[in-house]
Amino acid sequence: MSEAAAHHGPPQGFIRKYVFSLDHKIIGLQYYGLALVAVFVGMFLSWLMRFHLVWPNAAIPGLQLLSKVGAPGGLITPEYYLSLLTMHGTLMVFFVLTNAPFAAFGNYFLPIQIGAEDMAFPRFNMMSFWTTFVAFVVLLAAFVVPDGPPISGWTAYAPLSAIGKDAGPGLDMGQNLWGISIAIFCIASLLGSLNFIATTLDLRAKGMTLMRMPLSTWAWFVTSCIALLAFAVLLPACLLLVLDRVAGTSFFVPAGLVVSDHLQPHSGGSPLLWQHLFWFFGHPEVYIAILPAMGIVSHILINSMRKPLLSHKVVIGSMMAIGFLSYMVWGHHMFLSGMNPFSALVFSFPTLMITIPATVLTLIWLGSLYGSRLQITAASLFALGFISMFVSGGVSGFFLAQPSIDIYLHATYFVVGHFHLVMGVAAIFGVFAGTYFWMPKMTGRMMNETLGKIHFWLSFVGAYCIFMPFHYLGLAGNVRRYSSFVDDFMAPLMPVHKFITIAALCTGAAQLIFLYNLIHSRFWGPPAPVNPWNATSLEWTVPSPPPWNNFGGVHPVVYHDPYQYSVEGAKEDFIMQNSPEQVKTTVRS
Amino acid sequence: MRTKPILLTLLTLLVCSSLMFAGTVSGKVTYTGTPAKQKPIDMGKEPSCAKQHATPVTGETVVTGPDNALENVVVYVSSGAPDDGQVPSQAVTFEQKGCQYIPHVLVMHTNQELKIVNSDQTSHNIHPLAKVNREWNKSQPPGTAPIVDKYDKPEFISVKCNVHPWMHGEFAVLSTNHYDVSKGGGDFKLPNLPPGKYTITAWHEDYGTQTADVTITGNETKDVNFTFKAKAY
Amino acid sequence: MGKFFAVTVAIIAILSAIPIVMNYWGPPADISTHGAAIDDQLHETMWEAGVSFLAAQLVLALFVWQFAGRGRNDKLKNFPGGAKWLVIAAFLFVGTEILALGVIGQKAWATVYFAAPDKDAVTVQAQAGQFAFYFRYPGPDGKFGTPRPDKIDEGNQNFFGLDPENDVASRDDIVAGELAVPVNRQVNLLMHSKDVGHSFYVRELRIQQDFVPGLDLAVHFTATKTGQYEIVCTQLCGLGHYNMKAYLNVLSQEDFDKWLKDKSAQ
Repeated sequence: MSEAAAHHGPPQGFIRKYVFSLDHKIIGLQYYGLALVAVFVGMFLSWLMRFHLVWPNAAIPGLQLLSKVGAPGGLITPEYYLSLLTMHGTLMVFFVLTNAPFAAFGNYFLPIQIGAEDMAFPRFNMMSFWTTFVAFVVLLAAFVVPDGPPISGWTAYAPLSAIGKDAGPGLDMGQNLWGISIAIFCIASLLGSLNFIATTLDLRAKGMTLMRMPLSTWAWFVTSCIALLAFAVLLPACLLLVLDRVAGTSFFVPAGLVVSDHLQPHSGGSPLLWQHLFWFFGHPEVYIAILPAMGIVSHILINSMRKPLLSHKVVIGSMMAIGFLSYMVWGHHMFLSGMNPFSALVFSFPTLMITIPATVLTLIWLGSLYGSRLQITAASLFALGFISMFVSGGVSGFFLAQPSIDIYLHATYFVVGHFHLVMGVAAIFGVFAGTYFWMPKMTGRMMNETLGKIHFWLSFVGAYCIFMPFHYLGLAGNVRRYSSFVDDFMAPLMPVHKFITIAALCTGAAQLIFLYNLIHSRFWGPPAPVNPWNATSLEWTVPSPPPWNNFGGVHPVVYHDPYQYSVEGAKEDFIMQNSPEQVKTTVRS
Repeated sequence: MRTKPILLTLLTLLVCSSLMFAGTVSGKVTYTGTPAKQKPIDMGKEPSCAKQHATPVTGETVVTGPDNALENVVVYVSSGAPDDGQVPSQAVTFEQKGCQYIPHVLVMHTNQELKIVNSDQTSHNIHPLAKVNREWNKSQPPGTAPIVDKYDKPEFISVKCNVHPWMHGEFAVLSTNHYDVSKGGGDFKLPNLPPGKYTITAWHEDYGTQTADVTITGNETKDVNFTFKAKAY
Repeated sequence: MGKFFAVTVAIIAILSAIPIVMNYWGPPADISTHGAAIDDQLHETMWEAGVSFLAAQLVLALFVWQFAGRGRNDKLKNFPGGAKWLVIAAFLFVGTEILALGVIGQKAWATVYFAAPDKDAVTVQAQAGQFAFYFRYPGPDGKFGTPRPDKIDEGNQNFFGLDPENDVASRDDIVAGELAVPVNRQVNLLMHSKDVGHSFYVRELRIQQDFVPGLDLAVHFTATKTGQYEIVCTQLCGLGHYNMKAYLNVLSQEDFDKWLKDKSAQ
């Protein structure tokens, strides 16, 4: 079945092997590397923001080198704060949360887990990474254009984002670059998700039925279906936005706007159109970030617990239900946007409904822990941490799903706390779990477990210290996206902000342990065996790292469900998927 | 090398003689009709500024004095006097104080250094709405260094602060050093004009421009008066 | 290590709940007629979400405490009832919450958005622009002048683009930088954006509504307590967003009438 290798032979030369590689594993590593660069840049930007919020008059030495205009003498101006905010959000959502759990790990492991030699379209795959790379460069270029990066936030609400330099600094070339970058990113994601879908449906090894696919592969598959629809809407939205800006069209700009004393030469557009298009992408995007993490965490937890989840089918069904419902809830970002108030109630219902599959997943994870033989490793700690974060971030969603409560909490730090926990920290914890679990396979070297555990404890406690207080600020009505808190009622909240900033600086610094561990073990870690975790899925049947054609030209045959752990009567406490060992396997529920 | 001192002496003589035989144009700017009432400014959103004004200040678009005098009119030599090209080395200063611009109308020579100072406890943004020159828009948090800039083309530029929308000032970038801004009595004075034919222009931000031609023959003072028609609304 | 994780999770969960239970930084007292319904719902949701949060974290802690580090000789057990009962529990538990909150929530939302404003409500127009709110009252003639975007001249204090020269109705319009309203009387706020998206948020009033360029909306409320409250912008609108604010002054009817008269005289 696996014929992708026919598309390309073994790579020759450095460029073909490591740069313009057709090999899904190299491409996965490239995505991982890109996400790693983006996450550290994004984190650095958040440091600057947090620093500025609590020490608004303290100059940051050397920051003027980054932007002479935005940070004269190292002091961040209000517009530069918004630039940092926009770039932080855009980098994190697109280049980290979409790339790392989905594109990076998905590229590397989806083909191996289904027994394929490569993706269905290796050239598309190479193109999708390099297109993403171009999008990344275009976005970062906004830092060096004279006017600086855009200030309209990662949501780029029109008309602020659509009318150009009259509306403020950063809204000239910087905003153009943003629109172009995201449009390019959409193309890359469309190519990538199409490839994932085709690969999953077409290239499965003999015996690898859909229900025998590991949960991580299922998650990537569902995610790619979501991404295909979501990015297909964001792409035209970004193109229309760029047209409004450079070609004088008026898709998102109505008539009669006076900005900085200039009557704008637009008429007939609708700001709400942008919000609908953006959130039609934007809400599914949350699940593009979190679903792969759910799959990865399930995959790792099962291995650590030495027993399958209570139900394979229910987990898959829940992920599909989440994917399906994710398309009916975008309006909950717009309860107060001026759309018909009746539609708020209509959007509220599926939003609350989505809690059901999420609760089912949580209960399945918790219920499966019961009676298990849980092994504590850096990977399983991050997987358990994911569950904790997902619960914490999830319950706050229950508030924001109700339009009447949203009247009070909308656009406050409550929202910031909510989405950072559920799609930021939880998804990143999924990526960390995946890294500690799979890096031995990807690099052929074991990572340092002790450092990994230290990294976990600092990140786990640190993330709670940062993001839990955000909820309290929100309940007090502290508005988000303010570069400084000049309102009287926000002054008493400053100690909370200080606590958060200190926690953020420390937790961020703790990530250097991870970086050190990653780089050190890549070169000097002990060599990794084929199957260090006694796992069952196909990626653990190939050498670490796998050869260019994964299975060395042999077509694997699959005999079992993905998670045959602790099967009675088996030689070991696990049976590999491709092991012909015949035992009476438990009936899958 | 020896020619240099001679040239310098000649130049000094020339300048001195022109000063000796320099004429002056002076006069008064007035208005007719009833100017629109300047409304008090509501600075409620910026308490740190509001408390600097014991009584609410009014807008400064039309500032009048006794006997129909009109202030803040830029009177300058728009043609006739060849631009001596001398850019004053001293910078002009534009201050933001009490959420107002001081001065309301700031005249500067092209390429003259412009210093913008924030004396308030709040962040302002300075947004000169230039059309001929390069437009820019920058925030200036309290306690930061002055923003230094210059304009290389003559233009009248409206200046605004988006954070405090009532704040409004004007930059008059001229290519001459012969200018004055009418003060309390509406008076202006353009001294040191060598003999020649000149066009004098008076510019008001709301009432437009007026011109007058004068000929200076020697050491004399010519009277030129400008009268603008006020707008009731 | 597993036990350590369990203790950490339990401590974090309990510590997280303390500021909420003790109400350290809760919402300020409500000053509106509709706010109580919102507060009730917030309170109820807090209970349900809080209990779910604590239960899930503590169960996670308990199971990790109990089952981490068990070896091959320890017997594997399955959760009693298995997946089926967990799914049923999720549907029942969350489903009930959704139905309960959905019904109550509809009521709170409806009082703000579905009821028409009273006939004798005080009508005020709020205009948001970069980066200030301005409020307009129709003046003695009870009629608003027609705003014309091309007439907007902020430097000349014409924030709404009024044209008193040609539009008689606009001559007596009162424009203020603060929102003065009479206490215990309904206010119908007509919302207009001059330039980009903004939002109107008063915590104490339990009101938040976006200004949408090109789409004039209205929201109505009744303030029940005199005093001064902050109006802030909650929709990212540009560099001065953080400093876009105004004050809401809730006055007694006499003070409000006097305020209108003083403003008229200016």
